[in-house]
Amino acid sequence: MNLKKTFLPLFNPLSKDNPVIVQVLGICSALAVTAKIEPALVMTISVTAVLALANVIISLMRNTIPSSIRIIVQLVVVAALVVVVDQVLKAWNYEISKALSVFIGLIITNCIIMGRLEAFALNNRPWPAFLDGIGNGIGYGIILVIVSFFRELFGSGTLFGCQVFPQWWYDAGYQNNGMMILPPMALIVTACIIWAHRSFNKDLQE
Amino acid sequence: MKGLKRNIDKIKPHFEKGGKLNKLHSVFDGFYTFLFTPNETSRSGVHIHDGNDSKRTMITVVIALLPCCLFGMWNIGLQHFMATGNPDREFFTLFFYGFFAVLPQILTAYIVGLGIEFIVAQMRGHEIQEGFLVSGILIPMICPVDTPCWMLAIAVAFAVIFAKEVFGGTGHNFLNVALVTRAFLFFSYPSKMSGDNVFVKLGGTPAVDSYSGATPLGQLASSTEGAVTITDVIGNPLSCSDIFFGLYPGSWGETSTLCILIGAAILLLTGIANWRIILSALAGGFCMAAVAHNWASPLYPVSYLAPLTQLSLGGFLFAIVFMATDPVTACRTNPGKYIYGFLIGMTAIIIRIYNTGYPEGAMLSVLLMNCFAPLIDYCVVNMNIRRRMRRITVKNQ
Repeated sequence: MNLKKTFLPLFNPLSKDNPVIVQVLGICSALAVTAKIEPALVMTISVTAVLALANVIISLMRNTIPSSIRIIVQLVVVAALVVVVDQVLKAWNYEISKALSVFIGLIITNCIIMGRLEAFALNNRPWPAFLDGIGNGIGYGIILVIVSFFRELFGSGTLFGCQVFPQWWYDAGYQNNGMMILPPMALIVTACIIWAHRSFNKDLQE
Repeated sequence: MKGLKRNIDKIKPHFEKGGKLNKLHSVFDGFYTFLFTPNETSRSGVHIHDGNDSKRTMITVVIALLPCCLFGMWNIGLQHFMATGNPDREFFTLFFYGFFAVLPQILTAYIVGLGIEFIVAQMRGHEIQEGFLVSGILIPMICPVDTPCWMLAIAVAFAVIFAKEVFGGTGHNFLNVALVTRAFLFFSYPSKMSGDNVFVKLGGTPAVDSYSGATPLGQLASSTEGAVTITDVIGNPLSCSDIFFGLYPGSWGETSTLCILIGAAILLLTGIANWRIILSALAGGFCMAAVAHNWASPLYPVSYLAPLTQLSLGGFLFAIVFMATDPVTACRTNPGKYIYGFLIGMTAIIIRIYNTGYPEGAMLSVLLMNCFAPLIDYCVVNMNIRRRMRRITVKNQ
């Protein structure tokens, strides 16, 4: 029981308190980076790293931050971490960092991060804050990967860049769905996930 | 008819509560009310009902669509045989060529769309409402003749589920289902929905040398030297009467101005379409076309068209007669209808002329104004409230 309570911040965001489909945070990046699976995965890792570290740092400083300037302090911490992530990506995986372009920088404005800092890290000790960061990062990532799976499969006919649909489908007249590549379809796929999720979790229905 | 009614009444108890086929009640009810006006009387509230319920309204719209539909089929044949060099076939050869070209699409649209409606109605235990009767015939009519059936099936399923059923089914959708289908096709499979190769069915037969399958608006949009004469599929210039009768390639329901006017007359005489929307949309389109024509520029070649030609080309008329007037998605208030129609006409022509990426803007403009219709209504209602409030306060002082 105690163990379960300790790890609640880690497991809760995976489904019951998922940042994207239940808290409805971070929708914009879920639209922007999910055309292919690979950028979505890298984005997940980046957000998880930034979120976990920022949560720990803010949680450590929580008793010293004056409430009136806490947003600025949070922003500075997040911005510093984002710059680090950006540089690491540029050094190790330049292609992907090109593909993600401005969206890595925009992690600063990702509402999940500010949301979790405000809602959790400011009131909790570092260890639960760390777990909360990891949990929310992964919860965000699950949705991103599901959305990007469908978008890449039907939009480009590939998964991780490898051809999935055989050539004879295309010869027989099959075409990739161009709308899957466009952002509106990410909204609709996300909506479908929310639909399925709510019909399994009746208590979340409004 | 009497014998049919007697037979249906005989099997009716099976579908009532407690009958062995009760589960299929909504399906039975759907077919039953489709054939006969229900003879149930209301037990509360309003006691006088119009016999013209939604099913018969839908049927009237389908009847109004028939001239366009039949002409479109003949026109498909005409374009095909012109493009392949045998224009002198007899009437029925042309007609049946077109008929068999579009039959699979009509069947696909109806089977997929009605199938989803029936399933959803069964699942929710609702009555089946045949909102799809009109959409099902409209959808193939606003798509190019060469649209593959599987694409149509996906698009219809998408539109019925996401534009209609998730909002609560017929009468609750805020977007026109047929146009959502077309928009989905347009953005998903652009190579099959626009360009020079989709609007004339060649069916594998080689075309004559002077052949070009571009629609008049397509020819204009892709021209680079300003004013051009628009031509038919084998390169002869189109006359005004050709444009009026619709003897040019395009989505097959929308080309003939004459047939659309007949349809509009049927809708207006039976009181199903609202004249305010049609009139103000025509006014909006005409004003915008006149303005553009006055300041025509070689950058936007479509602006060289005379306003009346502009209005009778492409899907403009079809969209304002059959789609803008959809009572579910249009404005409800009368002043709102004028604004709604005018903006549809205006934006359709703006998109068509000034966005060379989209040769036709009627679909997008109707969808856009569908989104704004509730806002327009809200403003109109609030204006009215405020005006009457002011009257009260002035009196009281």
